[in-house]
Amino acid sequence: MTMWLQKCPGILLALLLAPAVSGVINKVKALFAGRRGPPVLQLYFDLFKLLAKGAVYSRTTSWLFRAGPVVSVAALISVLLIIPFGGPSLLSFPGDLAVGFYLLAIARFFTVLAAMDTGSSFEGMGASREVQFSALAEPALFLGFAVLIRMTGQFSFSEIFGSMTASTWATQAPALILVAVVLMVVLLAENARIPVDDPNTHLELTMIHEVMVLDHGGPDFALILYASSLKLWVFASWFAGLVVPRGVGSPAASLAATLGGVLLAAVLVGVIESIMARLRLLRVPQLLLGAAALAAVALLLVMK
Amino acid sequence: MRNVHVMDLLLMLVILTNLRLLASSRLGACIWWTAGQGFVLGWLTIAAAWPHPAVETWGLGVLAAGLKGIVFPWLLFRTLRLVDVRREVEPYVGFNVSLGMGLAMLFAAFALARRLPLPAGLESTLWMPAAFFSLFAGLFLIVARKTAVMQVIGYLVMENGIFAFGAAGVRHEPLLLELGILLDLFVAVFVMGIAVFHIARDFDHINVDRLTSLRE
Repeated sequence: MTMWLQKCPGILLALLLAPAVSGVINKVKALFAGRRGPPVLQLYFDLFKLLAKGAVYSRTTSWLFRAGPVVSVAALISVLLIIPFGGPSLLSFPGDLAVGFYLLAIARFFTVLAAMDTGSSFEGMGASREVQFSALAEPALFLGFAVLIRMTGQFSFSEIFGSMTASTWATQAPALILVAVVLMVVLLAENARIPVDDPNTHLELTMIHEVMVLDHGGPDFALILYASSLKLWVFASWFAGLVVPRGVGSPAASLAATLGGVLLAAVLVGVIESIMARLRLLRVPQLLLGAAALAAVALLLVMK
Repeated sequence: MRNVHVMDLLLMLVILTNLRLLASSRLGACIWWTAGQGFVLGWLTIAAAWPHPAVETWGLGVLAAGLKGIVFPWLLFRTLRLVDVRREVEPYVGFNVSLGMGLAMLFAAFALARRLPLPAGLESTLWMPAAFFSLFAGLFLIVARKTAVMQVIGYLVMENGIFAFGAAGVRHEPLLLELGILLDLFVAVFVMGIAVFHIARDFDHINVDRLTSLRE
């Protein structure tokens, strides 16, 4: 019983705090722009507002349209079960890496199906972009984790990040820095952040993620917002697990350190969004291929 | 931080600048990245002999960093300003394919370096791969880009690779040889800058694929 209790804080923190991450990002961006910016808890207010509303469904849509948001949230919560946060994860087995990646893919697949179900060519366009870019982001992610697998000899999230200690950093710093950069680029691409997609824009030429969810409203949209904040949390906690090596401190200290890592990821995203412009759509594949190339270099470094 | 880690990081920078050069589409950016690579190599020479670098090593490192990091980019930017052409690289081989080729070259460099016996006293295992990779990447840039300035940059990157070989064994090699090579390099970049300028004046472009129309 105590075993289970020890493993719970990670996922509870994720479910509670995930919407705050985008609040932190927006605060950082506001600081850079000299504004006061929305409160850090803004997304919670939005979620409550949306949950109180009713939903409107077009007559052309089918059950797929309603399934999209629900499946996304369910898949993201399942991913959180296998992701460690400052300690071991709730579930862990060799090969849960692949399960995690494909659960993320299922969430994306159902969002895309829901978008196509509306019959709007506009949403189809967004779906096409989403699928194209994630197909390019996935090799980078797999190669990045292949480096970590090779380095630690482990095959599950919990054990990989569990054996990421300060001494790993001392001996393998170049490869680990490269993997951290790769994870950051994939985080930006997968969560529709700035060099790839602008979360603030509502122009048809530029949108990727936002355009797919235009027809969702009320509680459905709340679920979508919550799912995307969970997704951001998943990537941020991978980044945190990498850059905050597991020390010898107490579980609470290690939990706090990992939270610090997530905060660092959020601040980094905010800074990147403030100092960079969105890339031209045609240049995005080059960015993602570049990330995959960096991961390949890191793999060569650990295999040599 | 131990010395070998510093060298590993510097050599990683050399490898990454090569990849960046292969994927870059702007001439100006390419000149800057080549300059950065030369600068890193200069400091690498000093870092390789770190606890007690000899005066000659200091001289060579600072001279190389200054020449490759400041003088060459200045000469190249001057040429670029004089010829006033489009600031694009104009590849024969696309940037994404170039990046893929770059990875293949890096793989070959690691494979090749594994077969070679390392010179004694070489701490970092990245020396040989980084040197070979610069050599290959430079050659590739020379053949796969159209704009004549890129040929100069490819030549410089290739020479950076050779310099990295030399820097690895600087304790065993005569200083005079290294200095002579640096002088040759300076003259070569100078002359190539003038050549590019004349090509641009006579043909209104510096695309090497159109030089076949060169007649009496």
